Amino acid sequence: MTALGDNRSSGRRRSPAARRKRTRLFLVLGGLVFLGAAVVLSLFALRENVNYFFGPTEVADGKVPDGAKFRIGGLVEIGSCRILGDGVTREFTVTDGAASVRVTYEGLLPSLFRDGQGVVALGRLDMQNVFIAEEVLAKHDETYMPTEAVEAMKRAGTWQEGEPDGGAKTVTGAGTTDPCKAL
Amino acid sequence: MMAELGHYALALALGVALIQAIVPMVGAARGDRRWMAVAPSAALTQFGLLLFAFLALMQAYVTSDFSVLNVAANSHSLKPMLYKISGVWGNHEGSLLLWVSVMALFGSLVAVFGRNLPPGLKARTLAIQGLIASGFLLFMLFTSNPFDRLFPAPLEGNDLNPLLQDPGLAFHPPMLYVGYVGLSIVFSFACAALIEGKVDAAWARWVRPWTLLAWAFLTAGIALGSWWAYYELGWGGFWYWDPVENASFMPWLVATALLHSAIVVEKRDTLKSWTILLAIIGFSLSLIGTFLVRSGVLTSVHAFASDPERGVFILLLLCVSIGGSFALYAWRAPSLAGGGLFRPISREGALVLNNLLLTTASATVLLGTLYPLLLEIVTGDKISVGPPFFNATFVPIMVPLFVALGVGPFLPWKRADLSPVLRLLTVAFVFAVAVTAAAALVVWGKAAYALIGIAVAAWLAAATVTEIIRKAKPTASVTWGQAVRRLGNLPRAAWGMSAAHLGVAVVVAGATGASLLTEERIEAVRIGETVPVAGFEFVLTDVHTAPGPNYEATQGVFHVAPTGLTLVAENRKFFSNGQVTTEAAIESTLWYDLYAVLGDPAGDGRYTVRLYFKPLVPWLWIGSTLMVLGGFLSLSDRRLRVGAPRRSAAPAQAQPAE
Amino acid sequence: MTDTASPKPTSGRRWLFAALPLVLFAALAGAFFYQLRYGTDPKLIPSALIGDPVPQTVLEPLKSDKPGFGPDDFGPGSANGQPILVNVFASWCVPCRVEHPIISALARERGIPVYGLNSKDKREDAIRWLNELGDPYTRIGYDPLGRAGIDWGVYGYPETFLVSPKGEVVYKYVGPITPQVLEREFLPRLDAFAEGAQ
Repeated sequence: MTALGDNRSSGRRRSPAARRKRTRLFLVLGGLVFLGAAVVLSLFALRENVNYFFGPTEVADGKVPDGAKFRIGGLVEIGSCRILGDGVTREFTVTDGAASVRVTYEGLLPSLFRDGQGVVALGRLDMQNVFIAEEVLAKHDETYMPTEAVEAMKRAGTWQEGEPDGGAKTVTGAGTTDPCKAL
Repeated sequence: MMAELGHYALALALGVALIQAIVPMVGAARGDRRWMAVAPSAALTQFGLLLFAFLALMQAYVTSDFSVLNVAANSHSLKPMLYKISGVWGNHEGSLLLWVSVMALFGSLVAVFGRNLPPGLKARTLAIQGLIASGFLLFMLFTSNPFDRLFPAPLEGNDLNPLLQDPGLAFHPPMLYVGYVGLSIVFSFACAALIEGKVDAAWARWVRPWTLLAWAFLTAGIALGSWWAYYELGWGGFWYWDPVENASFMPWLVATALLHSAIVVEKRDTLKSWTILLAIIGFSLSLIGTFLVRSGVLTSVHAFASDPERGVFILLLLCVSIGGSFALYAWRAPSLAGGGLFRPISREGALVLNNLLLTTASATVLLGTLYPLLLEIVTGDKISVGPPFFNATFVPIMVPLFVALGVGPFLPWKRADLSPVLRLLTVAFVFAVAVTAAAALVVWGKAAYALIGIAVAAWLAAATVTEIIRKAKPTASVTWGQAVRRLGNLPRAAWGMSAAHLGVAVVVAGATGASLLTEERIEAVRIGETVPVAGFEFVLTDVHTAPGPNYEATQGVFHVAPTGLTLVAENRKFFSNGQVTTEAAIESTLWYDLYAVLGDPAGDGRYTVRLYFKPLVPWLWIGSTLMVLGGFLSLSDRRLRVGAPRRSAAPAQAQPAE
Repeated sequence: MTDTASPKPTSGRRWLFAALPLVLFAALAGAFFYQLRYGTDPKLIPSALIGDPVPQTVLEPLKSDKPGFGPDDFGPGSANGQPILVNVFASWCVPCRVEHPIISALARERGIPVYGLNSKDKREDAIRWLNELGDPYTRIGYDPLGRAGIDWGVYGYPETFLVSPKGEVVYKYVGPITPQVLEREFLPRLDAFAEGAQ
């Protein structure tokens, strides 16, 4: 914006210096007014509309401020997704390997939503520490994972102590098509 | 064999691009005509080589040659031909190849049609194009070779991400690239002018068509991408303020500003260094956008697979091209002599206001896009900046722009008097108030904010129509019959401007309807059950499977009363990797869209369905089309003057600020 | 410069204005570089498992003639005190195909046992893939749902873990193993184990 101040005339008319000054003043003042307005607007908007990110471990540790809207990321725990009785609400578990959080979402999950895949959801915790999601995003393919999901596992990895799961588990069965089962 | 030849052609093209970058530049500095003359032939040779490389890759895709890694990773023999072809640029390596090919095409267009350019300017412009091309070719050859082989070759490919197998998205990237690359020509012209130390009306006339072309393609590309998101993601939104979207939107905003400031340079010989700066920023933002999307520095719902090593290389490329051009600017711009004077209330003043608002808007978009990154570096916190931020900053900046846009085209150059202009606009004002009042009866209590959007759109549309009428009937003495005849004789550029401005009004109305007036229902229904949405009754009549070429679809059939329409929503499950995509069923009328998405079975024979009534959404696409059309109309007028800088006998009548 | 009014101070200010974009860009480029170097990068993520024993998951065999694996197949008493590589692969994964010859050569030439973890794949596709390209694995676990993938902390395909003779996960690499990666990351670690054993 400031470069507008460069435009001065070679002065072909009467009282050129004064008029040139006026033109320049108008340009610079105009630029400053808009820049100032934009800065004020942005600062206000940034204060209100920024969502922090927390992983399941941090949620379990009570790091989330009460009532805050935030993003949660992690992997969808296998076989955890249910469609509730109303046929509309989906409930699933997001895990980072160390802790997990129940998530409910009213609506259709993205078509890429699958067991064991990375997801990111935006919403708030309710009184029972269930995450009420307004928006759920799934990653697009296998070679790409939302950094939030990775971040969650990384944080869990740094703080985690001991075994995430006790006892041996055996995996059997073929791949399912519908990740969410109706109750 | 073709792949090896393609690779070889790429390497040769790099050599030619380096020659194109160095020889003409030295020649121009020394004033050696023969050295300067190397530029056009090098540009043409480079284009020939890259065209060959591009066709070689396309051949590998069309014949499903899975011994080429890129084809194996992104294609599948069952894929329809359209997507085999679009698969060429549906991935990182191929899209880079498309980018450099389009760049070479444009370079050769400058070489062929630039006969009347001053030889020094032409040589330097092409040299800078060669320099940018060398950077991209180096990047491709070292980190992203599309012709890498795979041994042993797999029998079947990995397939293109099914979300990308879509006509809207097949043509979205090429359009954007034409836009970005068009801006690269403008950038090269700006750098060449800085080196020459001369910016004048002739330079602006040269730059305008390229800006216009880039702008029109960017507009089309962004609109296509938005259309794709609207029907393919199944969330019913048309704009998510996602980093990938912002990456193309910021250059668009700057290109729009540049389009208007170049007029001031051309007509009034002022705002020169500002215009040069915009030309540099426009392309720089394209590059930064590409970097953000591909390096993995920012996450996005639809990012390319990210790779930090590539990121470092692109960052290097950014530093050389953007840093270099800004350094050049810092060095040379202060010596650019200023031009004509003007009063705040004047055509120049209006265009300055346009520029201030557009650049401020793009600065807030940039801030919102980069803020998570900056905050993470400073505090380590991971945050996201959502659509509410952009709505709270972008909209308040754009509303005054749209209001002023109604007035600006009426103002004469140098100095103007507002009161006669405002008198001319009384009818438009009354119209806007009437439309808003009528809309208020419908939406009052539901979405009061929508009235602002509707008022602005109605005002802008009416003012634009008033302006074209005034051009045809400048005084009361011109009869209406004469006016109609004059209308036919108006320059195409005048029509282009009016079409584009009208397009803006229509898009504003569409965006208002789509974001503020939508009605939505999510229900679990059995076959035969009815869901009422905004006065329509949706009945799910059938759910069945249907075969597709490389997928199997589950189709849900909806009957809508009282219109009697049938909507078929699909979920496609792709054979190659089991991915599912949602194809929303959309029925468009002039005034609204009905939008239905079929979900998964919800138990008890029920299906979850999502149904929308979306008023005015078709206007988004109509308005975008008008804007693109306006761009091309203007461009077709300019074509006659591509032979500039001959001082064409400028018509005495007021030239439109197209 | 045609401005005669006050050339000196203004041209200084002009120069400042003109240099502003460069300064802003330099700051931005610095931020980008910092983020690229030190920001969240999936490939640099230390696995939650590093330093821990292998997960408790027991994997069923992929092929009838080759066993699957579980926690008991690592650690002392297995693989003659050698380190073990666990390679996550799938037939649909193109980079897996790229690294396959390198994994094969490593298993053949250095005699390192490599366990395959076939994840999110169809059994017949995986077997066809191995028949076509060769099967370098000592054991192959089949994980159709990717459940074991979660236990092992798999971020993407392919991925390779190095498990010490004691049965602890000591290193993991995300992405295909190229000759450079082999040279830089795996061979020194394998050599260290070989020396330790002597």
